[in-house]
Parts: sequence; C-alpha cells; structure tokens
Amino acid sequence: MTTAALKEKRRQGRWNALLLAPSGLWYLMLLILPLIVILVYSVGERAPTGGYQAGFTFDNYLNIGARWTAFKNTLLLAPTGTLICLLAGYPLAYFLAVKANPRTRLFLLILVVVPFWTSFLIRTYAWMFILGGRGLPHLLELIGIEGVRFINTPFAVLVGIVYAYLPLMVFPIFVSLEKLDKRLLEASDDLGASPFATFRQITLPLSAPGMITGCMLVFILLMGEYLIPQMLGGGKVFFIGNALVDLFLQSLNWPFGSACAMALVFIMMVTVGLYLKATRATGGRDVSLM
Amino acid sequence: MIDPRKEFIAQLRRYQMGSISRRNFLGVTGLGTAMAVMAGAVPGFRPRPSFAGDIGDKVSLTSWPNYHDPANLEKFKELTGAAVELTVFGSNEEMYAKLKAGGTGWDVFVPTNYTIANYVEADLIDPLDVAQVPNFDPASYSDPRMTEPGTVNGKIYALHKDWGTTGFVQNTKNLPDKLTSWKEFWDVTKDKATGRVMVHDYQLTTIGNALKYFGYSFNSIDEKELADAEKLLLEVKPHLFGISSDYQPALRNGDAWMSVAWTGDGKQLHKDIPEIIYVLGKEGGEIWSDFYAVPKEAPNKKGAYALINFLLDPQVNAAELAVHGYPIADKRVIALLPPEVATDPIMYPAAELLSPLEFGAGNVLTNPARAEIMARFKSA
Repeated sequence: MTTAALKEKRRQGRWNALLLAPSGLWYLMLLILPLIVILVYSVGERAPTGGYQAGFTFDNYLNIGARWTAFKNTLLLAPTGTLICLLAGYPLAYFLAVKANPRTRLFLLILVVVPFWTSFLIRTYAWMFILGGRGLPHLLELIGIEGVRFINTPFAVLVGIVYAYLPLMVFPIFVSLEKLDKRLLEASDDLGASPFATFRQITLPLSAPGMITGCMLVFILLMGEYLIPQMLGGGKVFFIGNALVDLFLQSLNWPFGSACAMALVFIMMVTVGLYLKATRATGGRDVSLM
Repeated sequence: MIDPRKEFIAQLRRYQMGSISRRNFLGVTGLGTAMAVMAGAVPGFRPRPSFAGDIGDKVSLTSWPNYHDPANLEKFKELTGAAVELTVFGSNEEMYAKLKAGGTGWDVFVPTNYTIANYVEADLIDPLDVAQVPNFDPASYSDPRMTEPGTVNGKIYALHKDWGTTGFVQNTKNLPDKLTSWKEFWDVTKDKATGRVMVHDYQLTTIGNALKYFGYSFNSIDEKELADAEKLLLEVKPHLFGISSDYQPALRNGDAWMSVAWTGDGKQLHKDIPEIIYVLGKEGGEIWSDFYAVPKEAPNKKGAYALINFLLDPQVNAAELAVHGYPIADKRVIALLPPEVATDPIMYPAAELLSPLEFGAGNVLTNPARAEIMARFKSA
C-alpha cells in the first residue's frame, strides 16, 4: 500500500471515529453505565430506611420468585398482545400496501398515525370510561346481557395493548409488503398457482422480516409496559413494570428492584437472540428496524 | 369563498413588495396570533405584572389529587406573575422516594405528619424562615396535635395545611345496611360487595385498616400482627374491584360500591351523590395532618415562601377548604366558614369518633416488612 493510500485510510478512520463519537458516548453514558449501576445495586442490600447500601449477596435474585405473578402476567399478556397485533395488523398492512388505491394510500397511512397526535394518557383514560360500568357494559345491559365486567381485567389490558401498539406492527409489515416485487406475483399466477398458494409461498415469506420486526418492536416495549396495566388493570393485573415502580418508589427496595430489572433484561436478551436467529433463517439482510 | 392558501400567497407577495407592513402581514395571515400563543408558552416573553420582590415566573407545587382550588392558583399567578406548576402523588412513600433521589425541581410540597421527621433525618428539608410567612400565626391553631408534627427538634420545618381522617365510603343504594366497623368493611368485601370494593394503593392505610380488622394498632410493625393482616389482604384480593388511590371515578360511575377513603373524597362524593356515605370504623383508624414544606434543593425558595404565605391567607385557605373538603385547624379559617360547614359531620366529626383514631408513626414510612407485604399483596 502506498503512503498516500495509507494516509487516506487513516484520515477516514479519524472521520469515522469522530462521527461515531456522539452515539458511542450516548450508549456509554445512557446504556452501559446505568446497566453497570443496576448490576452493582442488584447484589447490594436495602438500607434500613430504604434505598441502597453496599453489600454482596444473591438474595435479591433468589427472591425473584416473590414477584412470580408479575412475571407470569407479563410473559402471558405480552406475547398474546403481540400475536393479536400481528393478526389484526397484517391484513391492514396488506390492504394498505397492496390493495389500496395509491392516491389514497398516503391519506390512509396518515389515519393510522393520527391517534398519536393526542396524548397517550388521555387516550387510555378514554378507554377507562369506555370499558367502565357506564360504557360498554351499560350498552350490553340495554340488549339484555347483564353483569359483564371489562375494566380491571386482563381483557381490558389486552384491549389497551392492541389499541396502543397496532401502528407499531402495521408499519414494518407495510414497508416489507410495499417493497415486494409484484412481478413475482404475476409469475406465480402465470405458472398456475392459486392466489392462496401465491400468498403462502411468496407474499408471506417475503414479508416475514417485516412481521418479525413488528413483533419485536411490540413485544420488547410490552415487556416494559407500565401505564396500561396500571390504568386499565386497576392494580389487579400487574406487570413487571408495575412491580419495578413499586419496588423503587413504594418499598424503597432498590437492590431487589435492580435484580428484577436485570431478570427482565435477561429475558429480553434471550428474546432478541431468538430474533436474530429467526431473521438469519429468513435471509437476514432484508430485516431492519425500519 | 376565498381560498385561504391563495389569499396567503397574495398577502405574502404584497408583503415582499413592501405594500403592507409586517404587523399588517402577521395580522392578516393569522401568523400574529400563532406567534402570540408561542410567546405565551415561552416564559421570558410573558408579560409580568409588577410585584414586590420578583419571585420568577413559576413556582412548583407537589401535592395530592383534588387538593387545591384551581381559582386560587390562578389568583396567585395574577398577583405575582408566577404560574403554579402542580404535580400530584398517590402515596407518601413515592413522594419521599422522589425527593430522596434528588433533582425534583420542587419548590413546595405537601408531606403528611408522620413523614416529616424522616425528611429532617434524611436532610431533605430545612427549617422554615417563618418571618417570610406573615400569614402564619402559631396562636391561631385550635388543636396542637395538628401542628406539632411540623416541629422537629424545636425547629419549625413545616406549616399546617389541613387535617383529616381515613375511613371508608359506602354506596347505600347498592349496600343498604350501614356499616360501622372495619371488621364489617372487610367481611362485606368478601361477601355481598365482592368485585365492588377498592383499597388505596398506599401501604399505610391499606395495611393499617387490615390490622384494625383484628383490633391491632394501625401502626403495628409486629411480625405476627402483620402476618395476620397480610393473610386477610391476600384473601380479600380476588374480591377487590381495584387497588388505587384515585377511587372517585369508579365510585361515581357505579363500578365500585365501597372504598377506603379520606375525609375530603368522602365529602366531595357525598356532596354530589348523597347516597354515598363516609364512615369512620369504630375500632379506629387513621387521623392525619398535612403540611407545607420546602425541599432543601428547591430552585425557587422565594417563590415557595410567597406561595405558602398566599395559601395560608385565611380567605384563600377557606376557599381551598370549600373545594377539597378537608378540615383546617386554623381558627381564623374556621371563623370564616358557614355554620353548616364548621359543624359538618364528615369534616368535623364528633369527638368520640375521633378519640380511637391514631396518627401514623414515623417508622411505618420506611418499614421494610410493611413495604414488602404491600408489594406482595399487589403482585398476588
């Protein structure tokens, strides 16, 4: 290699380092360091008046079973919510990307985003009233179905979850379906495949990256969900997020809270590991988080 | 009809050619209004009335739900130019945890009697300079029990806001038999009122009133007594409608028939829905007093004193009471109340109902056993 080329390469290296510095610093300060703090806290002890005091014990981890219900609720409702979002979001994304008139498509896409213009808190409050005694149950009473209870049940939490997270599922699937080469569909048709066979063998596999991305986006955020179970579950449907808030703010048991948080991080890492494996199986490079 | 876009472009052209002034342009196109709105949102642009001693343009107040008269806070802004930024909390534990973590930006907050010594011990609040609160008059208080917790080691750290009790509300339309005790409260919850009862998301009152079922002290930290209370709570959990300190909405729309409740919520609900009654369990329960205090780290101490002084003005304080429905121990305020309010059985209950009540104890706030029982109860 000539000296000039070497110099050029070094210069580029410096540029790269400079351009990466802000994001690198960001991750160091706001991800790596806090994680280390949580790890250190998780093996510490609760100070007598609450908070953290130095120590080295695994008791906090051994005690995680005391929050089993919270983990169980989260691990049950987060995947269920993700699945319903997928089943409801796919047809919508398919319609938007394939069937919708290209001239109205942008308008329809905007409609999907419009709810985000109102505060999420206000929209969840609205659901409290829709699902509360004066809302849907009252309407059901009018047609003779009595004694139905929605609010403060897992069902109410699921409704809130699907309502809030559906757009996050629709967009990645929409993008992958929109990129789909329509000539493949024509070729399949020409070769005598039924519409269903075409969908199953071409559209579905090619939109898999979008589906996986959507599922990951929804699932990871759901695992940390706090507000929806708090407001629509009324303290009766408890997520890990709620348990964490309680441990830090009510019980002032920061070490135990840190241990639960680490357990959550661990579950996430396993999930993301499975995700990477699944994407490699479907031809990884097409997958992107939008 | 004029096409607004075309009209805008035409105006823009005229402005560019210099045939209209900038002000005219802003007015005609509506951009002037938009800018006025934006300017209002940027503190430095806000017109500020003159006030003896500039206290800045905002004072933050950390308090409890349904606890202040919005008109009073508006009036404070008119008088001083400082807007009151109100934040509300659900429990003293949470308030304490936030302040302990630091960086809150709170100027004034409203701790409850039993927590004040904890704040002093953790070095989170300073003694108050009462000279800056001319409306505070130590001689005007009817009951020293309501003001004493504000004084720690002979120094005044917090000033009395109001006081109250923790009982329960019962909707007599759904539950016609009037209950009188905590024993009945929990028994009915497991029976006739199943699925219709709420408890606070607050360990002091929820565990405390479960302890009363057995006749134990509201403040107990005894291992065996707490174990009994936990057993009762876990038994009751499937019968509850919800666990929340914001119980008014569910009672108002009929989802819940009973809830552990504070005086003011009882008063507010009873006023609007007369069949909802407020009951003090005959075994006892909690009596408490809330205070105004200033965090050590308060960014606007001057504003904090101005706000406390304003809220302690008897006229203002009486208006506060009319909204929140909690009794105030300041005789100057009581003198301003209409007779039916000063003798209201919910706000100023009979002495024999008050005597079995207990003030919360300081060590209950940070007790690990009670905290863990509450957390286990919630995640059960």
